[in-house]
Amino acid sequence: MKRYDKQIKLKQVGQDGQKKLADAKVLIVGAGGLGAAILPYLASAGIGKIGLIDGDCVDETNLHRQIIYTEKSVGQFKVEEAAKYIQKLNSQIKVEAIKAYLTAQNAFMIINKYDLVVDATDNINVRYLINDICVMTHKAFVYGAVHKFEGQISVFNYKNGPTYRCLFPENKQAAGSCEELGILGPNVGIIGTLQANEVLKIILETGQVLSGKLLLYNFLNNQQTLIHFKKNEHANINCHFHQQDYATANKGISAEKAIKENFILIDIREKQPQEHGSHLLHIPFSQLNQAVSRLDENKNYALFCQKGIISQQAVQQLSNYNLNLYYITDNADRILNLWQHEKEKSIY
Amino acid sequence: MITVKLKYFGQIAEKAGIDEEQLTLVSPNLNTLIKDLSQKYDLTKLNFSVAVNRAQVTTNVTLKNNDEVALLPPFAGG
Repeated sequence: MKRYDKQIKLKQVGQDGQKKLADAKVLIVGAGGLGAAILPYLASAGIGKIGLIDGDCVDETNLHRQIIYTEKSVGQFKVEEAAKYIQKLNSQIKVEAIKAYLTAQNAFMIINKYDLVVDATDNINVRYLINDICVMTHKAFVYGAVHKFEGQISVFNYKNGPTYRCLFPENKQAAGSCEELGILGPNVGIIGTLQANEVLKIILETGQVLSGKLLLYNFLNNQQTLIHFKKNEHANINCHFHQQDYATANKGISAEKAIKENFILIDIREKQPQEHGSHLLHIPFSQLNQAVSRLDENKNYALFCQKGIISQQAVQQLSNYNLNLYYITDNADRILNLWQHEKEKSIY
Repeated sequence: MITVKLKYFGQIAEKAGIDEEQLTLVSPNLNTLIKDLSQKYDLTKLNFSVAVNRAQVTTNVTLKNNDEVALLPPFAGG
């Protein structure tokens, strides 16, 4: 096929390599900034089947970095818009668009159908989930993540190599997402493109895969740092699997989303709040367990605290109740400012 | 006394306000250094791995003159 001529020309690809690409099934978890950079390159290289999972819709604030979406995509499901984009780019490949978030319930079924997983999420808990299912199903996963002007890339569980838990055994902190911290489009694009490159190398069995190595990239000074790490036989997934690590995997939401979608906000800080309302409750963390019976299971609640750490713990703690509880990954002052602003807008 | 180079990334660099520095240490013990830095920059709530001379270390080691110590937190964004 003529369209692949220029890559087939490379001796590391050739006709055999092109067939490997056509036979490959790659799952991309997340259709945000990283996903939007990875997807076009994998699709145009002729990866036979691409799965894409994300439950989110395109927001106007995504457009500066998630460049496969257009102004018309705003409000539409990301995976549906992305699938349309891919089909236009390469009609010869198969796309499975999954309109959901990866959870402990669906992860095994979904990941098991693919050869290789690309982590393009913005959530550390989901990374542990991807890691553990990949270990169980013996699949490699290509990791990428950004923090403002810095990026990280690695390949975990490649040929039984070191995993995410070997590098980061503990999961104790709430690290910020691009939504909260801000990001420049090209930065997330660079990391996504490097991930796509690792995917092609793995499938083509060429070059040195970033297994046992973490590449850190600083976009402000262009410094790259390569850190080596080894498999840690004590990083056992069994003791973590099905534990609460994943319970809050997709429960963190932005203040904008909570307010725009009319979630009932619950301030769980101990101190007395300045104001109450039908959409803003105050239930201190210490009283949550007693108050939980008063919550309505048909409504969506968004808990917040000073920094988003205690509220995440609270959602985890209450995960056994049949309630739609989320936590806001933002600080209380900003949430209340936004809330106040929206309230005033609706009055006038 | 030995001199080591520290490299900070992500949230650690933000907390420290710098992304690298040179320190002269009285004790060459890595754990002591990490404990001191955690206090100095308020890192106790952060999750990070440690690398010496660009290789992750998971046990305590004795640092040598001119070693490079990197503090690596996981990133979340994507």
